[in-house]
Amino acid sequence: MVSIKRLQEGGTDIIAVIGEIDASSSIELDLAIAKSVGEGFKRILVDCQALEYISSAGLGVFMSYIEELREKKIQMVLYGLKEKVANTFEILGLADLLHIRDNKSEALKLANELSV
Amino acid sequence: MLKNKAIIRLAFFGAAIAWLILLFSEITILFSSLKGLPPDVAVWLPRVMLGVYIVCLFYYYKFRIELDDSLNFTDLLWKVFATGLITTVISLVFRLLLFLLGKTALATNLIFNDIICQINLALLVNFLVAALTSWKRLILYQKSKWLLRSWALFEVIMLVVLLNDSLGIALSQYTSLFINIAIGILVLVLSANMRWVAYLNFRQKWTSLLLLLLTFFYLAYFFYTVEKSTELINEKTQAFLDYRAQLIVLVLFWFIVIYGIFSFLVILFNLPTSSVFEQKLEEVVNFQRISQSIQTEQDEESVYNILLESSVSSVFADAAWLEITGANNDRKMFTYRVTEQESKNIVDHLEKNNIKGVLDAGSEKTKNLSKHLAAMRGSRFRSILAFPIIVKEETIGTLALLKELPEGFNKEMTRIVSAFANQAGISIENFRLMEEAFQNARYKEELKIAKTVQQSLLPNRLEEDPGFQIAAFSASADEVGGDYYDTLRINDHLVALIIADVSGKGTTAAFHMSQMKGIFHSLAQQHMDPKEFMQRANQALVYCLERRSFISASYFIIDTQEKIIRYSRAGHCPVLYLKAGEKESEFLKDKGAALGMIRSKDYCNYVETNELKYAPGDIMVLFTDGITETKDSKGEEFGNEGLAAALNEMTTATAKEIEQNIIKRLYEFSGTKNLDDDYTLMTVKFTNN
Repeated sequence: MVSIKRLQEGGTDIIAVIGEIDASSSIELDLAIAKSVGEGFKRILVDCQALEYISSAGLGVFMSYIEELREKKIQMVLYGLKEKVANTFEILGLADLLHIRDNKSEALKLANELSV
Repeated sequence: MLKNKAIIRLAFFGAAIAWLILLFSEITILFSSLKGLPPDVAVWLPRVMLGVYIVCLFYYYKFRIELDDSLNFTDLLWKVFATGLITTVISLVFRLLLFLLGKTALATNLIFNDIICQINLALLVNFLVAALTSWKRLILYQKSKWLLRSWALFEVIMLVVLLNDSLGIALSQYTSLFINIAIGILVLVLSANMRWVAYLNFRQKWTSLLLLLLTFFYLAYFFYTVEKSTELINEKTQAFLDYRAQLIVLVLFWFIVIYGIFSFLVILFNLPTSSVFEQKLEEVVNFQRISQSIQTEQDEESVYNILLESSVSSVFADAAWLEITGANNDRKMFTYRVTEQESKNIVDHLEKNNIKGVLDAGSEKTKNLSKHLAAMRGSRFRSILAFPIIVKEETIGTLALLKELPEGFNKEMTRIVSAFANQAGISIENFRLMEEAFQNARYKEELKIAKTVQQSLLPNRLEEDPGFQIAAFSASADEVGGDYYDTLRINDHLVALIIADVSGKGTTAAFHMSQMKGIFHSLAQQHMDPKEFMQRANQALVYCLERRSFISASYFIIDTQEKIIRYSRAGHCPVLYLKAGEKESEFLKDKGAALGMIRSKDYCNYVETNELKYAPGDIMVLFTDGITETKDSKGEEFGNEGLAAALNEMTTATAKEIEQNIIKRLYEFSGTKNLDDDYTLMTVKFTNN
């Protein structure tokens, strides 16, 4: 079960992911990112502080946006990943493809730097 | 059946014989009395024979009419009518004969008159008994215990009266009066049972009235005929069978007449309301049609049509429409004698007047919106009744009924149509549930096939080499996963190994797995660098993997000549390696993104070839994340630690033994035999050769 909340801070969309993302709940994550992209945000932060678990389907969602975000010059930064979750990203090699930071301020900083 | 027929024949034969005896003894007695001679036969014989005649007829009709289940109410009345017709015709023939004879000696002959009189009496009795049997069935329709007892009592009393008549016992005035009153009350009580009338439809009621009327006519005719001839004979002599002395005949006669009159009146007064009863019956039938539409393999559309039809006919609506909003927001309109434009006008009018009714799909209340319609110009309709159709607590549509009369709907109608609408909702919900169940069954069947496919993709046999021992194990949960492992010999000293995990489950996972197998078998043979293998595999998969799917894999080439392992990891779990002589194993963490992660040439930047020199006794364990993600009852994961520990305690064992130990430890940890993921293990131990 997952609960996803979106919050806008000065042109930056923050998607907070709370709970576990498995095959069925990955659809919600996909929807949230798609909405954010559709609404034209250029900086998207994904708050993973309360993300307990992510399955391969959930990782697939992040993966599927890599190309699109690059084409549209949208900067997405994930932050606050728990060790276990970070490990999953690491093993799959997604850590090298996504921007991942420890906390929100660093993530925001990176997003701002990249979008310049 | 044969037995019944035999009884019918026997009864008929008995009645005929009894009557013939009656007739001859009667004539003999009359003749003797006229001549002033003592009769040759006993004077009681005609009375007794009349009794026997009645009893025989009673049984005859009992089997002819009472036990024949195929007869309905009008059939019963028809039987009575037909019997009456036949007897009357016979009687009329005799009357004609009498008329033709005119004032001849024969016509005035007392004995001849008596014969005619007896024939008429016999015909009358025959008719009465036939009617009695029919009345019995009508009265006992929807019988109660109490009613059955009353009828039994009536039959017993009639038998007593019959016996009394036959024996010729003279009763005192008071006794006979008492008996008459008792019989009268009983007859009235029995005559109150008219339930069958309610089940006649309008036409049947008219038919019944006509038949009853004709029956009365026959009765009157017979009564007149028999009475007149009896009077005639009575003037001359007392020595004949006077029906007036036979109480049973009178009882039968009055019972038939009274019940006949009651029936006639009840039917007559029920005529105007019969349409209501028919209406109710139709409602029940319509209800059944809606609820049974599932069994008859109809679809949602037909439920809507039946709903519209039934509602219209139940409330006599002049027009109606049914608007359904489907799953994909597509609107379906079913109309009856109203154009879509007209219905749209009405909806617009109601909206314009800001009426929050059922016509907006959000409301769940049934509303009579007539008063709002009264103000609408240019519409022929003056009354409207609207209902929501609710499926799973969600309004999926609106049923609107229209009438040209103002205030055309009453509470009763509202209730009926509301019930229809509810039932339709239930039927549709059932339809959808059935559809779901069907889909589920198909999905399960698909999974079964996928699982078989998946199993068949795993190798039956692993590549053997004197340079190493190898063991592999794979188990999957009920749901099909996408774990894959395989081996392939490239040449005499090179062996390729692969382990992979396809993201997702089910048929697509099995499908991607088969693609992986194809890629492995075609690329590995060409002996390429592991990095190149991954690049080419990625390139091949880009075109067949879905947007969110990827495959994690590790590819190894073992060179037994150089004692070198060259491998590439693409997002797969790092390999667990234990060096000979050491106590602690380690995970070889290195760079590599999963296949399908990057769908361009850039992929080569995210994958690399690693090289490892191995020594005899080294152990390598390849696995999928199902192993490390296995949870115990507290939700803790087996983890890399658990796996490493299971290997560390078996440093000197063979590959097979190590594998078995890991599986054993894994099951101990999870505490259950039920898998909820896929587990795949491939263990390699290098030897001295």
